[in-house]
Order: sequence, then C-alpha cells, then structure tokens
Amino acid sequence: MSDKPVQKPEYVKQPLTRRQFAGRVAAVAGLGGAAAYLALAPEGWLGSLRDTTGLLSKPVVKPFRLHDYRVDKPALAADVGIGRGPTPSERLRKALDAIGGLQHYIKPGDIVVVKPNVAFDRAPNLGATTNPETLETLIRMLLVDCRAQEVRVTDNPIESPPDCFAKSGLNVATGNAGGRVYLPDSNAFKVLNTPGAELIENWAFLHRPFTNVDKVIGVAPVKDHNLCSASMRIKNWYGLLGGRRNQFHQDIHSIVSDLSIMMRPTLTLLDGSNILMKNGPTGGDPSDVKPGNVLMAAVDPVAQDAWAYEHLLERGRNYPRYLFKAEEKGSGRVDWQGRIKEIV
Amino acid sequence: MNHIQLLNIEPSDSSRSKGAVRLPPPPKARKFLRITNARILSQIFFFTMFLLAIWATWTTRVGGYPVSRILEMDPLVSIATALATGHVYRFLGWGILVLGLTFLFGRVFCNWICPYGTLHQFVGWLFNTRNTSERWKSNSYRPVYTLKYMILAVLLIMASMGALQIGLLDPICLMYRTFSTVFSPAADMVIVSLEDRLAAAGADGVVLDAVKFAPGVDSRVFVGSFWIGVFLMTLVGMNLVIPRFFCRVLCPLGAMLGAIARFSVFRIDRDVHKCTDCNLCLTRCEGAADPQGKVRLSECFSCMNCIDDCPEDALRFAAVGLDTKQVVPGMSLGRRRAVFAAMAGVLAYPFLKNHGVNTDENYSPKLIRPPGSVEESDFLSKCIKCDQCIKVCPTNVLQPATFEEGGFEGLWTPVMNFNIGHCQLKCTLCSEVCPTGAIRRITVEEKLGKADYASAGPVVLGTAFFDLGRCLPHAMEIACVVCEEVCPVSPKAIQTKDEEVRNVYGEIVLLNKPFMVPDLCIGCGICQVECPVTDSPAVYVTSVGESRSIERRLLLAPRQHAAVASDLIQIQPLKHT
Repeated sequence: MSDKPVQKPEYVKQPLTRRQFAGRVAAVAGLGGAAAYLALAPEGWLGSLRDTTGLLSKPVVKPFRLHDYRVDKPALAADVGIGRGPTPSERLRKALDAIGGLQHYIKPGDIVVVKPNVAFDRAPNLGATTNPETLETLIRMLLVDCRAQEVRVTDNPIESPPDCFAKSGLNVATGNAGGRVYLPDSNAFKVLNTPGAELIENWAFLHRPFTNVDKVIGVAPVKDHNLCSASMRIKNWYGLLGGRRNQFHQDIHSIVSDLSIMMRPTLTLLDGSNILMKNGPTGGDPSDVKPGNVLMAAVDPVAQDAWAYEHLLERGRNYPRYLFKAEEKGSGRVDWQGRIKEIV
Repeated sequence: MNHIQLLNIEPSDSSRSKGAVRLPPPPKARKFLRITNARILSQIFFFTMFLLAIWATWTTRVGGYPVSRILEMDPLVSIATALATGHVYRFLGWGILVLGLTFLFGRVFCNWICPYGTLHQFVGWLFNTRNTSERWKSNSYRPVYTLKYMILAVLLIMASMGALQIGLLDPICLMYRTFSTVFSPAADMVIVSLEDRLAAAGADGVVLDAVKFAPGVDSRVFVGSFWIGVFLMTLVGMNLVIPRFFCRVLCPLGAMLGAIARFSVFRIDRDVHKCTDCNLCLTRCEGAADPQGKVRLSECFSCMNCIDDCPEDALRFAAVGLDTKQVVPGMSLGRRRAVFAAMAGVLAYPFLKNHGVNTDENYSPKLIRPPGSVEESDFLSKCIKCDQCIKVCPTNVLQPATFEEGGFEGLWTPVMNFNIGHCQLKCTLCSEVCPTGAIRRITVEEKLGKADYASAGPVVLGTAFFDLGRCLPHAMEIACVVCEEVCPVSPKAIQTKDEEVRNVYGEIVLLNKPFMVPDLCIGCGICQVECPVTDSPAVYVTSVGESRSIERRLLLAPRQHAAVASDLIQIQPLKHT
C-alpha cells in the first residue's frame, strides 16, 4: 500500500465529470444551433438575419415631407405688392401693406425661416447676394412687430458657407436683428419627398433649420443668369438643395419649376435694390449692378418673377420658360395684370 | 551560485527597503506643492493652448489671433528657415524665447511646453505596465539616443543648402499637421453623431457646433491623412517599447535644445554625500539622463521627477557649474558619427533635388500652390509642412501633397485639389496663418490685382482647360454651363458660344458651349469642383500659368482686350488699368 508511488499534486489531472461534459456539449450545441437559425432560417422568420438577394441590407432612406407654409391673403389684398422708397424699411412696409401687411401672415409665437440668397463670397454691393439691410429690417419686423418666437436664416451657398454669410454682411445683419444663422453642416441634410416633382421627387434638403417651423419667407435679389436668363425668387430655393445639385443645369427649367412646388412659402420678397444686370449670377464688378429702389412682396412668386423680369431686369415679356412650367405645376400665374398693387 | 544571484540583483533593492522604513512620510503640503505638479499644470496649459490654436484656426474664429504662435516659438523652425532663406520671417523671432529658456533651464521645453512631449508622457504613464526595476532598465541611457543629433545635423545641413525637411519630424509641425488633418475631422465626426442623437431626442443639437473644429460646412477630408495619422500614432505607440521613444531617439528639436543644454545655468545636481545609490530617481526619469550617476545634461528634460522621487533629498535643480566628474555635458555623439551625419546631410540634398519630379521642366500639373505662395524652389526652402493653411482653408481645397504632386520633398506640403474645393476669391487666410512665409502674407487687393496691385495683375494659381470630349454641351449636346455660371471673375474667364443644334434625337436644343479666355482665368478651380462630370472633370485647372513663377507661366502677357476674333462672342472689353 505504501509502495504505491505518490503522484505529485501539481500533475494530478482532473477529468471532466459526466455532468460537466454534458453541460459543455449542450452549450456548444445551443449556441451553434442559435447561430445556425439566425444565419440560415428563411427570410421573414422571426429573428432571421438571412438576406438571400443582398437587398435587405440596403440602407433604407426615409424621406420627410415639408409642410405647406402658405396663408390665405386678406380678401382685398393684391397677389403682388410693390414698394418704392429710399430706405429698405419704407420699401418693405409699402410692399407688405399691399398684400395685407406682415402681421396678417406672421402670428405671435411663430418660428420663421427666412431664406436669403447667400450663394457667393461677395460684398453686398456686388448684387450677388441678398441686401443685408433688407434682411435686417425684415427680421426686426418679424421679431418686434409680429412678435415671432424665433427667426432662422439659412442657405447652402456654393462657396464656403461661413465665409459667404460673413462677407455678404448677412451674418452681422442677422445677429444685429436678433435672428439666428443655421449653416449647412454635414448633418443638416435629409431626403425630402416632393410629390409631383420631375427631378427632385426624393432629394437631399437642408432640413435642420426647418424643424418645428411655422412660416417660411424667401428674400432674393434679382440677377442675370446665363443659362435660364434670370435668377429671381423661385430659383432661389435652389439654395436649400444638397447633393449633386449642379447636374440640374441639364434641365434648368424643370428644376426651377420643381422648386416652386417643393417649397410653398408664406411670403416671397424680391429685392430690387442692387440688380445684377450682367455677368450673373456671380457678378464681381460694381459696374454689373444697377441700383434700384424697388422691393416686391408676393403670395404668388410666379407673377412676382414675371413682373421683375419685365420691369427690373428690363428684358421684356419673353419670360423664361420655367415660369410657364411653374404655372403648369400650379404654383401661380405668369399673367400679373390686375393682380399687382403699388402703394404710393 | 548564491553569490552570482546576489550580484544580478539591482544594487539598490536592499537599500530601498531600508530607506523606505527609515524615512518618515512627507508632510501633506509637500505632496501638493511639488515642482512636478507645477510642471503638470504647465503641460496642461500649453496643451490646452495648442488645442485652442487648432480650434481657432478656422475662418470664423481666426480673427487676429496668433494661432501659429507655438510654431513660431519653435527655435528649430526659426533657425532652419533662417539657414535656408537667410532671413527671419514675421514672428519667427519668437524662437529666441525657447532658446533663452533652454540656456537658463536646459530642455524645459521638452517636458513643460511641448504638446507632443506631453502626449508621449501621458500615454507612457497611462499605459505603463512596467514594475519599478523594469522602469530602471527602460529609463537607462542607451547609445541609440544619439541618433537624434545625427538627424538634426542632416536636417540642418540640408536646410542650409535650401531643402527644408524639418517639418517631417519637428514635434510641433507634426502635432499641428496631425491634429489639423486627422484628429479634428475625427472629432467633428463624433460631434456630428452626438448632434444627431440630441436632435433625435428633440433637443437642440446645434449648440454643439461651437466645439466643432470646422463648423458650418460639409464634412472635410484630407488626402493621405491616413498616413499622417499612422505616422504620429506609431511614434506614440513606441512609448510601449521605449518610454519617450520619439523624444529620446528622433526629435530634432530636442536634439537642438540638448546641444545647448550644456550651457544652461540651472541643472539637476546630485549631492553624492546624501545619495545612497538607491536608483529611485531613475524610476520616472523621462529623458533617460542618468540622474543616479553622471547626469547627462543634453538628455535631461528638466521634468523634476527625480527630485520628487529621491528619498534622501540628494537631488536638486540649481545653478551650479559644470563638473565633468558629476555630469556628462555634451551629446556623446563622437567625432566619427558627427562626420557621418554631416556626409549624410550633404548627400541628402542632391538625393532630394535630383529626384526630378518637381523641376521647372518636369512638374506635376496637380502641383497647384495656394495664393501668395512664393516661387517653387523658394517655397520648398520655407514650407515646414505644419499644414496650418490646410486647417484654416474654408473650402477644404487645400490638401497635404502626396508623393504624386511633389515627390518626397513636397510630401504633406499644401496643394490645391479642385475635385474637393476651390480657392475662394476674397480669402487669404492661408497666407495669414503661414508661420514661415512659404505662403507670403497677402491682402485681398494683392490677390485680385486691385488698387496698388493693378499693374501686377491678380495672383494666378494655374489655368483652366476644357476636355471637350467629356463636356456635356460640346460632346453630348446637353445643356449645362455650370462652369460659366460660377466663374467668379468679371468679365468671366469662361464664356459661352450660344448655338442652336439638332441633337441625336432630332430635337432642336439651345446649347451654351463654354470656352476659356486664358487671360482672365486666375485658376481658382471653382469650375472644376462644380463640373457635373465629377470623376475626371471636363474643365480642370493645371498649374501651368501660375503667376509666382516665370518658368511656369503660360501667356507672355494678358492680351489688352480679351476679345477673340469672333462676332459670336459678346464680351465686355477689359477696362485695362
């Protein structure tokens, strides 16, 4: 008995018990079975991860829809109002009074988006961007007269957004008046669904400033444009698009008319204080600009653009084709006769 | 057997335990009012300043702030550019500050100021797995630490001949470059996803824009930044192998400061009568400067850890003279190695310059330098690859060059990539932040050739060309002319010839076919970035015609009237000034 060699304790092996063995085998079988179910169970079965075509894993983009921001105009008001005067505030007041006054459209507590044209890194006097004085006066009217809750100013410029807002003077103008600038950061875009649009039925849109918004106002300058002859109020919604928007030049009239149904604004303003007569839409030389003293406010942007084309750019009645396409899509009427009012 | 084992034991083990038993614990106040805590505060301060500088290097923030000051304080930048150009540009005299500090206190810069040093020390501390005796080994001096002096010699000799390559390894350039092109876009990515989460939860995510490095624009990319990041991170990772690997082995700035540290007024001084040879001073010695023996002044970072760790108060930082029995003042490089380094430096110059990819005969059409850049060989004697211009650029057009544009010599210098962005007409930010004048400081008037600069004309970056086989109106009868629309000069350098043609489907279409007026083109590249043929644009800018170089110009002179002999072209005559 005592002759039996003693095993050194550190070399003693402990065999698995039957219970341990069964447990481990069961664990392997269970995990393996579960993995096999996830990987191999037919599509549609509860919990199955299977994707036989490779299409299930395609990213799903859920487009959103914009509201219709339009407000019915007062019974006796014109569709398009024209204001002339030496100061932006006088022009604005006259033009807005002609279509029923700003307070009819903007109610206390509204969150308002104002969309100027900030396309280029240009000084304000070059006419390539919205006049900062006009914007500042407008924001003050919105916040003070109409008691709007918040005014957001946004655009997706062609050049560097912070620079464009800074050098066009619109950043300072917005800040002075108490508005807030929203710049197009990479996460500011979402896919917008516009029913009936030819080219942009689903397209990246500058979404961030439009969360919880009640009213939308556009403020654009009047500019020469080689391809579509003129860039005015409707074309200015281009600045809310993201993505490869420069492809749309291949069908400029369709895209501009699409823009007219993409955005149904509360009001549109067209500023004829610095009219870019040639070398548009960039300009760059003060001699390209004709100073003016006109400002238009409208609930019908089509008629507004038509009148501006004829009277501000002085290009006669051979209107750009996109205006007629916009009319076909129900955004307004080109024929402005009798729907226009100027308060003198 | 027992004797041999005893001999292998570190000589201090027994004395350490004795010392620990004998000494009373230090008073509490001394625990906080330590010089090493002051050092940590200094490091935090300068690292924060560095991050703030990177953050402020952005179009809406830069204002007049000295965002490149840490680069301008870097004496290696000052001295190497002075050797290369014979002059000291703008604020580079600030380097004297750090030199002065070194003459007073030794390499304090390395462990009190340098943000890269701080990063190394922090990483080494956080991921340390060594026990005390392993740390003594890893913090002992090794002969390979002389390599940095050879690197410095090579870089300075090259610089004196006109090839500036200090930016590859200078720690400040390295930090600026990597934070601009790698870490700041990475941080912005994180912030963007946080904002999205906040917005999804109904909160106002826009407030986080303030901490973004590049707010208000689409996400930014930097060509080849992967390698810039890998370069820095590999060096940081080397801390796990050798603590402060970069600082001890490679850093040319540390080498320069080490070379003058022997003249410093203050130094670490060991009282040999108090010293019990316990080796505890080696435990956290950052510079591997042998404080337990003859202190190596050129290696000592003045981190003061040894003073902190000495149980006998035998170490102090004091104004004492050189005693070669107690210190090793110099670099321990040796004459043969110095000669070897000098020869390598002399050879490196022709190696670089005869590479032949960036000469006036053979240069890349993609080598388009930012506005204000000096002529190419001058540029290469000034650019330190800090990439501050690339960080401040609002349109992301400025990119670190790869081997393709400028060969090895031009690696990570700024070039314009017009597939990514364009040079904004009224922007001169890159020239504002450039610390060395590779991009000379210019005004908007000078850039556009207005006012006093009318006779010199605008700064021309390159020239736009059409690839008619890819242009939609020219090759495919499809309307487009985005290039003409965005051309920012007045009158436009891209104009159109309007034609009504019958297309392949028999429809009559009006085509505005664009063409170039090279006299008016300034090479801003907006036509290229906006061209809808996105992969290989139908209108593209190449570097020929750049106004900074007579050798690389295209037109003898702009024609007086840029009107081409065709009635079809309605062009405004140039108001020639």
